[in-house]
Amino acid sequence: MRRRLPTCVATLGLFAMWLLLTGNVSPGSLLLGAVLAIAGSAALAALAPPKLSLRRLSSVPGLLRDILVEIVRSNNAVARIILRPGGAKTRRSGFVRVPLDMRSPYGLAALACILTATPGTVWVEYDSSDGTMLLHVLDLIDEEAWVRIVKDRWERRLMEIFE
Amino acid sequence: MTHAADLPLWAALPVAALLLLGAGLALAGSIGLVRLRSFYDRMHAPTLGTTLGIGCVLLASMLCFSILQSRLVLHEILIAAFMVITTPVTLMLLARAAVYRDRQEGSREVPPLPPAAPRAERTEG
Repeated sequence: MRRRLPTCVATLGLFAMWLLLTGNVSPGSLLLGAVLAIAGSAALAALAPPKLSLRRLSSVPGLLRDILVEIVRSNNAVARIILRPGGAKTRRSGFVRVPLDMRSPYGLAALACILTATPGTVWVEYDSSDGTMLLHVLDLIDEEAWVRIVKDRWERRLMEIFE
Repeated sequence: MTHAADLPLWAALPVAALLLLGAGLALAGSIGLVRLRSFYDRMHAPTLGTTLGIGCVLLASMLCFSILQSRLVLHEILIAAFMVITTPVTLMLLARAAVYRDRQEGSREVPPLPPAAPRAERTEG
């Protein structure tokens, strides 16, 4: 039962999403939605996703707000870098290796989404053997500063939620 | 957009501004693809269009269709969620393929693998 419960939730969730997206309750649409929901949740169960445990959900709204602010700020910064005439000579881009303490796969996935969604940083690879992440930064001034930004601004707060 | 003329002026102005801003960001990202020099720099440019660019277009769409009351805003929220989830996957695939190839060619630009990985290979061999 404990294993089948998340599958039921996924099936119902997919079915609800299908109904809301099509906005159509004809028998054909219902049948197709049900088939897709069952197939989708069966595929999810076959992947055997690791167990998700969430804590401290109260810090999620603040985190989302900070992500939005950071997206707007870094969009502005990257657009300026691109459109500035002849700015390529003074700017330096490069890789930063960031040691991470987080091991939860969901937390790492969330961190990857955040870092990629903020223009100017791209998550390149993660080494699970020593827990380091390679980050490419478009406007790299100080490597240490980026390690601190990733660890203090995002990783610590994601660890509060996912670990 | 058959009902676009029904949109009152006070709503049409922010919708148009948001659409222009979103399109402008997507254009800036495309210019970046041309102007930036290395592959790794160019990876950053399209993220303008996939984050705030698509965000502005989706906001404009939400505003427009909420005021016209033709349907729920749920579509836009789902599009935003799927963009956030899928963009890192393609970007990481591209980045890792480039890093792998550059390491094979012994490029100086790419940092080597962390010391833990070669150590594991030595114990096996």
